[in-house]
Amino acid sequence: MDTSVKKQTGDVVLDVRNLKTYFGTGDKAVHAVDDISFKIMRGKTLCIVGESGSGKSVTARSILQIVDPPGKIVSGEVIYYGKDPAGQDLAKLNDRGKEIRSIRGHEISMIFQEPMTSLSPIHTIGNQICEAILLHQNVDKEEARNRAIELLRRVEIPNPGVAIDKYTFEYSGGMRQRAMIAMALACNPKILIADEPTTALDVTTQAEILALIKELQESYGMAVLFITHDMGVVAEIADEIGVMRNGQMVEFGTAEQIFYEAKNPYTLELIDSVRKLENSARAVRKNTATERKIMEIRNVSKIYPARSTFMGKTNPPFKALDNVSLDVYEGENLGIVGESGSGKTTLGNCVIRVLSCSGGEVLYRMGDGRIADLAKAGQHELRQVHREIRMVFQDPFASLNPRMTVGQIVGEPLLVGKTHTGAALRKRVEELLGMVGLPGEAAERYPHAFSGGQRQRIGIARALALNPRVIIADEATSALDVTLRSQVLDLLLDLQETMNLTFILVSHDIGVIRYFCDRVAVMYKGQIVEHGPAMKICSEPDHPYTKALISAVPGTHPRDKRIVNRHRYNAETEGVKMGGN
Amino acid sequence: MLNYIFKRLLSAIPFVIMVSMTVFVLIQLPPGDYVDSWAAQQAQSGETPDPATLADMRHQFGLDRPMIVQYGSWIAGMVQGDFGRSFAKNAQVTELVGERIGLTLILSVASLMLTWMLALPIGIYSAVCRYSLGDYIFTLLGFVGLAIPHFLLALVMMYVGVKYFGHDVTGLMSAQYEGQPWTWAKWMDLCSHLWIPMIILGLGSTASLIRILRANLIDQLYMPYVVTARAKGLSEVKLLCKYPVRIALNPFVSTIGWILPNLISGAVIVSIVLNLNTVGPVLYEALMSQDIYLSGTILLVVCALTVVGTLLSDILLVILDPRIRFEQ
Repeated sequence: MDTSVKKQTGDVVLDVRNLKTYFGTGDKAVHAVDDISFKIMRGKTLCIVGESGSGKSVTARSILQIVDPPGKIVSGEVIYYGKDPAGQDLAKLNDRGKEIRSIRGHEISMIFQEPMTSLSPIHTIGNQICEAILLHQNVDKEEARNRAIELLRRVEIPNPGVAIDKYTFEYSGGMRQRAMIAMALACNPKILIADEPTTALDVTTQAEILALIKELQESYGMAVLFITHDMGVVAEIADEIGVMRNGQMVEFGTAEQIFYEAKNPYTLELIDSVRKLENSARAVRKNTATERKIMEIRNVSKIYPARSTFMGKTNPPFKALDNVSLDVYEGENLGIVGESGSGKTTLGNCVIRVLSCSGGEVLYRMGDGRIADLAKAGQHELRQVHREIRMVFQDPFASLNPRMTVGQIVGEPLLVGKTHTGAALRKRVEELLGMVGLPGEAAERYPHAFSGGQRQRIGIARALALNPRVIIADEATSALDVTLRSQVLDLLLDLQETMNLTFILVSHDIGVIRYFCDRVAVMYKGQIVEHGPAMKICSEPDHPYTKALISAVPGTHPRDKRIVNRHRYNAETEGVKMGGN
Repeated sequence: MLNYIFKRLLSAIPFVIMVSMTVFVLIQLPPGDYVDSWAAQQAQSGETPDPATLADMRHQFGLDRPMIVQYGSWIAGMVQGDFGRSFAKNAQVTELVGERIGLTLILSVASLMLTWMLALPIGIYSAVCRYSLGDYIFTLLGFVGLAIPHFLLALVMMYVGVKYFGHDVTGLMSAQYEGQPWTWAKWMDLCSHLWIPMIILGLGSTASLIRILRANLIDQLYMPYVVTARAKGLSEVKLLCKYPVRIALNPFVSTIGWILPNLISGAVIVSIVLNLNTVGPVLYEALMSQDIYLSGTILLVVCALTVVGTLLSDILLVILDPRIRFEQ
């Protein structure tokens, strides 16, 4: 990008100067946004990147004055160059007044992270889009409806004339986000603020939404302010980048400057943590994988039977797992990757028998050499097996009981297994916490005292308590910030070497899989479409679906623009056997 | 939709039958029967009826037959519109109860309306301006309303009504209209008497509804879809009414189901205190004297009203909330 553009002040559409937004007052006030300045250029994309709690969302909301109470803009200016070429300071407007309302959704509109909860569940999509049109434009209801249908067509929603009367829960996640974008575009805004719009979506859907935003930006000539924590997404779309931490802008520059000439150590750390996941950590470590099979998954199916709904409609039976066969070797890291709804979590749950299988067998070779079929095992046998196979869950906030101390949480499997009591239990808990890099005193405290990464360590310590042989990690790093992600993965790899563990890692994140796994199985609609060595699958996959999946993963080099050139997969038209691109 | 209503109605039938059995067994459970309590009454006034008379009465009322046969004849009569005779009042149950059920319904619906009219705005105010002075005042009043027993409130209201307003506070209508056909004047008279019991019965449920609405609305106020609507440029009032309030309304609608039986059973004591000719006092007397057909019929009607109320609220919910319409 040409840096001289920055000097042409006529191209500035929004100028934020020394913005401060605090939550609360006095000494206790939380300085969510602390003296931030940046400019948004007409028709360009500015990405603000930072980890959770860095104040990037509050910055975006401050522009439109929609920060939830007790948050308040304390000082600073937000100059918007719209109708008035001299500029209008949005921060000075009454946050409930007519003036700011005529800008919201009209001149500057916003899309949000969670498309399910960001749209009203009880109004139709059309109702919510038409509302935005009727609010700001002098048209009648029918004209608004026609425009809404046109907008839905514009964001590539199939059959918009019918889709307009549907409710949000009848849309898929990607479609909801498209509808949200349609709503934001309803009045041809000058600026689109996108607050983590793709974080809740699958990579392939994310790629489509990013491409859509890019395309619409060009045809509407909008400026985009894109808030994200994902450096990969930033590399794909940004013209300029602001890096935020603790409410402050630590570095600001063009995409090229930030990715190739960053000076701030935090920026470098962010970029490194993403680039790190582009390589395999397994290649440089001692290979622990053996030739011995620890588990054979044979033709496992999970079918949810047909059920009729209240209103008399009948849903067909749903095959969550369709004849899945897979071997797991002792000491290896097997990755299961796929989009949401592909059945990867169901597979993990069926293996450990949290869910019962509809058919097939899961042959597990126990520590004492016996073979147990987990699909049919009785209560007693399952209890033994559950000591050897443990789980680590996705959400470190929801998977720890807030009313139990960390010591109780980690020690619970030991108590249930009746292996340790009293002083021995306490000692073992301390030992386990030490293994995951937490101090022994942590045992006395409650989960809320710990950060997300520390909580995930607690979850891992709990999984390790009974000296398991296999750990199933279901999206264990998805809820963590990027810088923590590789730390947790490294911890798991260290533990593997000392404890002879076998990992089954379920994830939608190709980076995590590539970094952590020896072998990968790719799942699509309940079937394994491809499996093989991780490096091969992640660099030169055979199956067209895998190709689409891999090519949708954002890269870390702004010059690549991978997503624009991505491979798109359509099961109906391509067929399963078709190769090539 | 029609299919759904039809199914719900169909499923209500076995439920009502089961309730009718339970009711019949329950009211027969206390030892003795109507004749025993009649004899006890006679004995109190100094006369001791001879056993032959008692046996004769039992035979006449059919009380000497097995319970299942009594139940059968009650149900068989009901199908033909004959709900049996009251022993004590020596009259058809339908005559005794008919008008009272109408009056009870009017009173219940009126109190329900009052409850909603008060609870809706106060609940919204309390949620939006929570921890403000107004919220604290309404919270305090609400808890006082919850804590005061209905009958006490009735007594206080009677005192205030008579002492300061000179208002005729007892009964649902003036004496000259009792048993008269429904004229305009009688309606107006009913309305002028209705407000005291309406306030007494409505206030208690208002307090709990305010709390429910407040809690529900607070949950909704910070949902992302509210932020979306705000970012769209909607004004606060419009936004509030269209999104969070609509969604927080569900428990409101659900109250129709439980508020009917609540008002009727809660109304018994108030009705006795205020001498209202609703079904409450009759039910009480009938239960005390073991007048089985009278009490059975009243209980059954109350139950049927509850079923209808629940059905109504379910249908309203289905109309109000598409998620219920489409999901199971």
